[in-house]
Amino acid sequence: MSEKSKELAVAALRDGTVIDRIPSDALFKAVDLLGIADLGVSVTIGYNLQSNRLGKKGIIKVADTFFSPETLSRIAIIAPTAVVNTIRDYEVVDKQPVALPGEIVGLVCCDNPKCVSRNEPIPSRFEVVDRNPVTLRCHYCEHELSGDSIVLK
Amino acid sequence: MPSANENPTRSIVSIADLSKDEILSLLKLAAYFEEHPNSRLLDGKVVATLFFEPSTRTRLSFETAVNRLGGRIIGFSDPAATSTSKGETLKDTIKMVANYVDLIVMRHYLEGAARYASEVTEVPVINAGDGAHQHPSQTMLDLYSIFKTQGRLDDITVTMVGDLKYGRTVHSLLMALSHFRVKFNFVACDELRMPEEFRTFCDRNGIEYRESTDFSPEIIASTDILYMTRVQRERFTDLMEYERVKDLYNLDARMLDVAPDNLRVLHPLPRVNEIDQDVDDSPKAYYFQQAKNGLFARQAMICTALGIKVPADIH
Repeated sequence: MSEKSKELAVAALRDGTVIDRIPSDALFKAVDLLGIADLGVSVTIGYNLQSNRLGKKGIIKVADTFFSPETLSRIAIIAPTAVVNTIRDYEVVDKQPVALPGEIVGLVCCDNPKCVSRNEPIPSRFEVVDRNPVTLRCHYCEHELSGDSIVLK
Repeated sequence: MPSANENPTRSIVSIADLSKDEILSLLKLAAYFEEHPNSRLLDGKVVATLFFEPSTRTRLSFETAVNRLGGRIIGFSDPAATSTSKGETLKDTIKMVANYVDLIVMRHYLEGAARYASEVTEVPVINAGDGAHQHPSQTMLDLYSIFKTQGRLDDITVTMVGDLKYGRTVHSLLMALSHFRVKFNFVACDELRMPEEFRTFCDRNGIEYRESTDFSPEIIASTDILYMTRVQRERFTDLMEYERVKDLYNLDARMLDVAPDNLRVLHPLPRVNEIDQDVDDSPKAYYFQQAKNGLFARQAMICTALGIKVPADIH
């Protein structure tokens, strides 16, 4: 990819957030999680872009919006490779990989219908037992989830 | 704050929460209670047995354990008669009961219920079974039975037979025995073989195991503990397969002819026909004593959960 086309793929953003290195198959889930449809700001979504690391990747650029750490940790569950760039006055002032916390509370639904977390009014709790691929173990029933069995609430 | 005569209280929810030293200390205590089943160690203590699903055998064993230790019991064996049936949350039930008692022994149909209960109260909780998940007192009585009959937990061969896929007792026993040098034979049909998760667990922990679909004399001849389980018809997706295998994993007295003298047959009970009645008279049959050992294992767990120091003569 030439320098010029690289520049075009990340067109200038004055202030906002660029989430890069999203695996293509997680892109639209990430769009959903960020609540892009309800933002009312300008958003650029790139899909199936060439990537040396991932093969194909997605990118989401959102103007004038900065996401909470909680929202970004949700992204980490479905796209652990993603990188979050914070842009202020056309400059990247911060660049961080999304952080998958050691414990995930209230974000993921346990897939075991007999788990206490599905039947009592309590937030789900998972321990991250593997980061690649993301594998979670339910704190209560100890079922392990990975891949498609990880369903966000 | 615990006094000089007490250790801190602790919940016992999963066998995986117990270290090797804690397991050994519970076994020592169980041996003590076998020698001294009646005492006043629980004098003035009240224990709740909350059975959100019926399990007469387990409840009677726990309640006998409390009675023989001189404690008192409140509780229920039928949740239909409680506020749970009116929609009360588990948390509210536990917090209410915790106001009255020193220890909660609970059985619940939901997996993880005992862990959750132990997190909403300061009162220690003993898990007496949570769905298909954990049943640590069963595992402790299995361990005590193995220890008692073999005199050790290291350098033995344990053969598990029957339903190794859904059998929660075999999974928990496998986890608990991973602290010791034990070899395993897993004997089951393909449909009920030991799940991959536990085979991986063995590989990761350097535990030697052999799988076989054939319940052969050669396997029996090299076994110290023969752990039988029930093959249930409802576990099969293919009923033809059930008909084909249903009698392949049954044990009769003649099959024990090749067994070493120290071999003992264990079974979590209830059995149906996987152990023939003619095995009952064999000196190798141990399943009824195994159930009796549950009383001593539970007395040990109750005292440990309550932080009660047992008389010094066991140390």
